[in-house]
Amino acid sequence: MAALLELNNVTKTYSRGLVSRSSTTALSNVSLNLDESEPTILTVAGESGSGKTTLAMLLLGFINPTSGQIRYKGQDINQLRGEDRLTFRREVQAVFQDPFAVFNPFYTVDHLLSVPIERFKMAKSKNEAREKMEEALTAVGLRPEDTLGRFPHQLSGGQRQRINVARALLLRPRLLIADEPVSMVDASLRANILETLRTLQRNYGVSIIYITHDLTTAFHISKSIIVLYRGGVMEAGDVDTVIKNPQHPYTRLLIDSIPWPDLNRRWGETEIKARESELTSKGTGCKFLGRCPFAMEICQTPPPLFQLSAHQAASCFLHAKSPEIEPERLSELLPA
Amino acid sequence: MTTVLQVNNLQVTYYTDSGRARALDGVNLTLNSGEKLGLVGESGSGKSTMALAMMRMIKLPGRIEGGQVIVDGNDLMALSEEEMLNARLSEITYIPQGAMNSLNPVMRIGAQMVDAIKAHDSKSSKSAIEERCMEALESVDLGRNVFRMFAHELSGGMKQRVCIAIGILLKPSVIIADEPTSALDVVTQRQVMETIDRVQKDIGCAVILIGHDMGLMCQFVDKVAVMYAGRLAEVSTVRQMFSDPKHPYAQALISSLPSLENKGVFHGIPGLAPSLLRLPSGCTFHPRCPHVMEVCKTTVPALRTVPGGAQVACHLYPEKA
Repeated sequence: MAALLELNNVTKTYSRGLVSRSSTTALSNVSLNLDESEPTILTVAGESGSGKTTLAMLLLGFINPTSGQIRYKGQDINQLRGEDRLTFRREVQAVFQDPFAVFNPFYTVDHLLSVPIERFKMAKSKNEAREKMEEALTAVGLRPEDTLGRFPHQLSGGQRQRINVARALLLRPRLLIADEPVSMVDASLRANILETLRTLQRNYGVSIIYITHDLTTAFHISKSIIVLYRGGVMEAGDVDTVIKNPQHPYTRLLIDSIPWPDLNRRWGETEIKARESELTSKGTGCKFLGRCPFAMEICQTPPPLFQLSAHQAASCFLHAKSPEIEPERLSELLPA
Repeated sequence: MTTVLQVNNLQVTYYTDSGRARALDGVNLTLNSGEKLGLVGESGSGKSTMALAMMRMIKLPGRIEGGQVIVDGNDLMALSEEEMLNARLSEITYIPQGAMNSLNPVMRIGAQMVDAIKAHDSKSSKSAIEERCMEALESVDLGRNVFRMFAHELSGGMKQRVCIAIGILLKPSVIIADEPTSALDVVTQRQVMETIDRVQKDIGCAVILIGHDMGLMCQFVDKVAVMYAGRLAEVSTVRQMFSDPKHPYAQALISSLPSLENKGVFHGIPGLAPSLLRLPSGCTFHPRCPHVMEVCKTTVPALRTVPGGAQVACHLYPEKA
């Protein structure tokens, strides 16, 4: 079993201030494995400030971890040079949140799609490049004749986001990092884009890391989930188990706050204890302590990860009776 | 129950280089005090235009072509520019979509709130005005210290709550909230919606919530109005809308919703929203409608009440009920 992507105890700290150095830990001690042979969709969920986007930036090699290592096919991604780096750039692709901001407004769709083809020498001739573009556009459910030759402003948000996916698909990536790909598009188009992502995973063998705060879509698209809160893993496991039977108080709060389109479900049965303004990082204990309705004395110390079942673990002392599991082994709990 | 808002035959057209775009085509709506109405539709369906038209804030090239917006018995469209300035915030208030962009970055929050009151009330003393601002901040669960802060010191959810606080300073009869939570995550979203819910009960106003998140609508509003291409397709109570939607577009919207039961089943709505410059003839939904009939291509269906009480604009439901 070869690992496509490996994260070993990755921590990222942002520090600011020259004289009085203060720092924010955006991601603390996250370990993760993605297997090469089994493409999967893994959701990384959490509210704003939970470190989701930091994780995406780290995985794409845009920023370096403060400590720990990220390996792609066994090689540290920050040590990649030359040919290897180019391969990494091609095989790991990204789709970002805002489909209105990522395109150069002066370039037509053709240009946007042909640049990566040229850069990575994906085609031998103009005709072959054209065929590749048409194939990628068809794969995301767009009609090439309606899309090619157009400027971004002539396309809707959903169409643009699908062009992003098409551009990524063109390069035959092994890993796609989708950072909130549907949060800016209409609900009716969301379904189309999510369907496209899933087809990508099934038919093209692409592993997807789906970063979101929307647990509804996460539930529908992914197999496993990691819930982050202020940089730490709160709960992880099989998406069905975690969402239908959340064990960490934070996951419960998140799931309880989803406005389900169901009249028989009451919104927000558990109370939100603290307002975000009162949250400042105090001490080394559980990161959720300030907002947790079940806070106990022991929560002043950092909680380890407790394994609850074959496919679920939570970092909470409420489950102190369950066996502990080292954070490095987190991936074993995630079904492929 | 008294009627606080009545919109009659409201029409807005945008005059663009490539032609006239009918953004609102004769919309009628009534709202009682204490009622919460959800206005849903795809982008470009005219939701925000509707909000702006009610506030008389449509800018060129858009123009309000006709209709009435009656708040507490006064037609806003008949007011002079100055009277309208007075009516905004005191009669009808608008909470804009991107809260982070609507606050002035170089003014303290308090100064912006004081401005809002002073524009309507020049008599009160400075301390009385400040006290009112502090109370408004407290009513949206923000500390009194926020009064002295700048927008960049607040998180997204807090900024949105500041906007709500400004919106309710003068106890309006109608609050229009345009996607107040679309940029916020679920927990913050719930806090903001709970805040709106509470201030609505406190001051007994009516709320129009604009958005496309049907889940949020389901949990928050009493009545849902579905817009499509500048017209209302269906208006019904939230219970009817979610259990028995009548209009094919409303049905498609409801069935495209994810739930915990049907994992991995996605139902998008086929086709694209029509361009307002080239609206289809007859019922504007007919090119995407699964139940399309001959009459749909030629005749615009009127909004009428069907058995059960919902108002639907569709030829599937016969004239006589």
